[in-house]
Amino acid sequence: MAALAPDAGVKPRRRLLGKHPIGLLFAGPYLIYWLLLFAYPLGFAVYMSFRDYFFTAPGAQVDRPFVGLENYIRLIGDDDVHRAALNVVIFIVINVPLTVALGLILATALNTAIPGRTFFRVGFYLPYVSASVAVVAVWLYLFNGSGLVSNLLGSLSPDPPFLINSAWAMPIIALFATWKQLGFYVLVYLAALQNIPGELYEAASVDGAGTIRKFWSVTVPGVRPATTLVVILATIVGANFFTEPYLLTGGGGPNGASISPVLLMYRQGIEQGNPGYAAAIGVTLAIIVMGLSLLNRFLLDEE
Amino acid sequence: MDRRPILRRRALPALLLAALLAACSGGGDEAGGAGETGGAAETGPTEGGETAAATGPINIWYSNNEQEIAWGEAVVEAWNAEHPDEQVTAQEIPAGQSSEEVITASITAGNTPCLIYNTAPAAVPQFQRQGGLVALNEFEGGTEYVNERVGEDRVGQYMSPDGNLYQMPWKTNPSMIFYNKALFEEAGLDPEDPPLSTYSEFLETSQTLVDEGGARAAIWPSPASQFFQSWFDFYPLFIANSGGQQLVEDGEPQFASEAGVEVAEFWAQMYERGLSPREEAQGDSFAEGQAAMSIVGPWAVAVYSDVDWGVVPVPTPDGMPLEETYTFSDNKSVGLYSSCENRGTAWEFLKFSTSEENDGLLLEETGQMPMRVDLTETYADYFEANPEYETFADQAARTVEVPNVANSIEMWQEFRDAWSESVIFGDAEPEAALTEAAETISGLVGE
Repeated sequence: MAALAPDAGVKPRRRLLGKHPIGLLFAGPYLIYWLLLFAYPLGFAVYMSFRDYFFTAPGAQVDRPFVGLENYIRLIGDDDVHRAALNVVIFIVINVPLTVALGLILATALNTAIPGRTFFRVGFYLPYVSASVAVVAVWLYLFNGSGLVSNLLGSLSPDPPFLINSAWAMPIIALFATWKQLGFYVLVYLAALQNIPGELYEAASVDGAGTIRKFWSVTVPGVRPATTLVVILATIVGANFFTEPYLLTGGGGPNGASISPVLLMYRQGIEQGNPGYAAAIGVTLAIIVMGLSLLNRFLLDEE
Repeated sequence: MDRRPILRRRALPALLLAALLAACSGGGDEAGGAGETGGAAETGPTEGGETAAATGPINIWYSNNEQEIAWGEAVVEAWNAEHPDEQVTAQEIPAGQSSEEVITASITAGNTPCLIYNTAPAAVPQFQRQGGLVALNEFEGGTEYVNERVGEDRVGQYMSPDGNLYQMPWKTNPSMIFYNKALFEEAGLDPEDPPLSTYSEFLETSQTLVDEGGARAAIWPSPASQFFQSWFDFYPLFIANSGGQQLVEDGEPQFASEAGVEVAEFWAQMYERGLSPREEAQGDSFAEGQAAMSIVGPWAVAVYSDVDWGVVPVPTPDGMPLEETYTFSDNKSVGLYSSCENRGTAWEFLKFSTSEENDGLLLEETGQMPMRVDLTETYADYFEANPEYETFADQAARTVEVPNVANSIEMWQEFRDAWSESVIFGDAEPEAALTEAAETISGLVGE
């Protein structure tokens, strides 16, 4: 017992600061950033969602009564929220598999010694670094009633045209987002491909595997951690889409067919002065996205 | 290796975080929610008589269009030359998705300027609820000044439900039908006296324009779903058809009436026949000759100087002469904001900038109509020299504003959604959609 005595004073401090207190110093700046710009707003959003909240001038004396679950009950019965939730599902169902498939196939192609490889790498990455507003304008010209795509399709073009057709508006938005983000995911897969040992491909060749067999048996399992990351990121980005319906379909049109949860939050919280309700939508969305991400991880991550 | 249970290892940071969040949340409540009395924010106009009378430097924001900037710079320069101790610093309203968003954020942050010459009447109830505005009637002689300039009968439309006036109605852009004479001529229509007065004439003329005139659209109002878009398709025609009614009067929606349904059915036909496209125009459809007509205010005269244009009042079912037609005012007001310290100077500058002389300058620089009684008589010389503005000036005497009610923007969004569904996309009967929207809006404005 006596031998333990000298440690007695050290333990509480160590318990508080850990074995390497200098680590806290290194982590400190990011922790402060995280607390101020992530944890605090998130906590405040949860607080707002339980109140009839609205933004006021500093020092204004107002009542923001506690309303319990009222905002959450309202969103359960809100047709716009239902439509927005359905649109997220449509978006994710199109966007995520397409992103994974195209991202991996293009990365594999760009990883081989094809002519003009750098040109293609830059080409696929360009939409990702371009301003959404600019590229949305291009898509508007492509898909409007007198646009290039409609003209090329001729009589096969849908009526009404793509962007004001309630069946087509969401798929076009999902395709746009896939195209816009693809460059980033190609880059993720390219990095992952560098980690697959060349010996595996050699061994597969010795066993008589062709290009397609090697792709399925070596490449796909080899980039599995990257696939998990891509699926999770694409799901998060998908659930938070805003710019596309805001600009491409004139604010969630036609007739609300492409409304998104974040666009609803913008309308309610910023335009209409109901940030309490907007916060309830945001908190619900965050919980669902976290749930989806956990599910993705559970399904895709071997560990 | 640390063998403490995960829960215990994480307990300390979690507790710290929870404490921080609780503190932050508590802070928010304390900052804004001290009172439990409900209603609008209580940053009253009389809060501190010293502030109301204080003088000194102030800052202002104005719109970012070229002509208004020229007007603003001239007025500020004239004031500053005479008031060395009460200098005014002016800038364009900061860029954002809309002026209303920028102002909302600025009120919350407490950094609004003293005056904003771009305050939309539809947003005034929200700004007031935020505690962002100062009532002008609380200044000495405030009520008299506004009544004298604007006309007592018109000021009523701008009063808030609490009986205060939180905006100076500044300028109006009465909505009228602007048409491209060349396209009318091409379609074989008389460009000097086109048949556009009744709904049946308007529909027939529109059909001819699209069939014969080479225009893609007869008229191309934005089909987008933003809350304010109905101000430029439904509202001017509804005001005209109802003899000058607002969307909501005395807390009761008026638009599901016979007059409102007639307007909705007229526009539904325009969309149904393809005379007004359901797609958003790429660029300015009127300037580019894609549309033969547009619903605009006098601002359009300067903007469409390359087009040989004509102007007529908005149509009604049976036609109505200009002198009996009411329309949407598309007014912009000046707001005096509560974060202003030198409110005495702000009020004096507001009066200076809306004086007869500076209203005249606004007319000259921008072509937009100052919200002033006897406009055509006061500036007779100007209208004589610029007859193209005379029709707009005549119309400016009969304008109707958006209603000053609680949840104003939510109300307009509700209306727009019903309009999109029924009139633009034809997924519902206009009458049923408007009736349903009226029921919802009745609840909203009554809150």
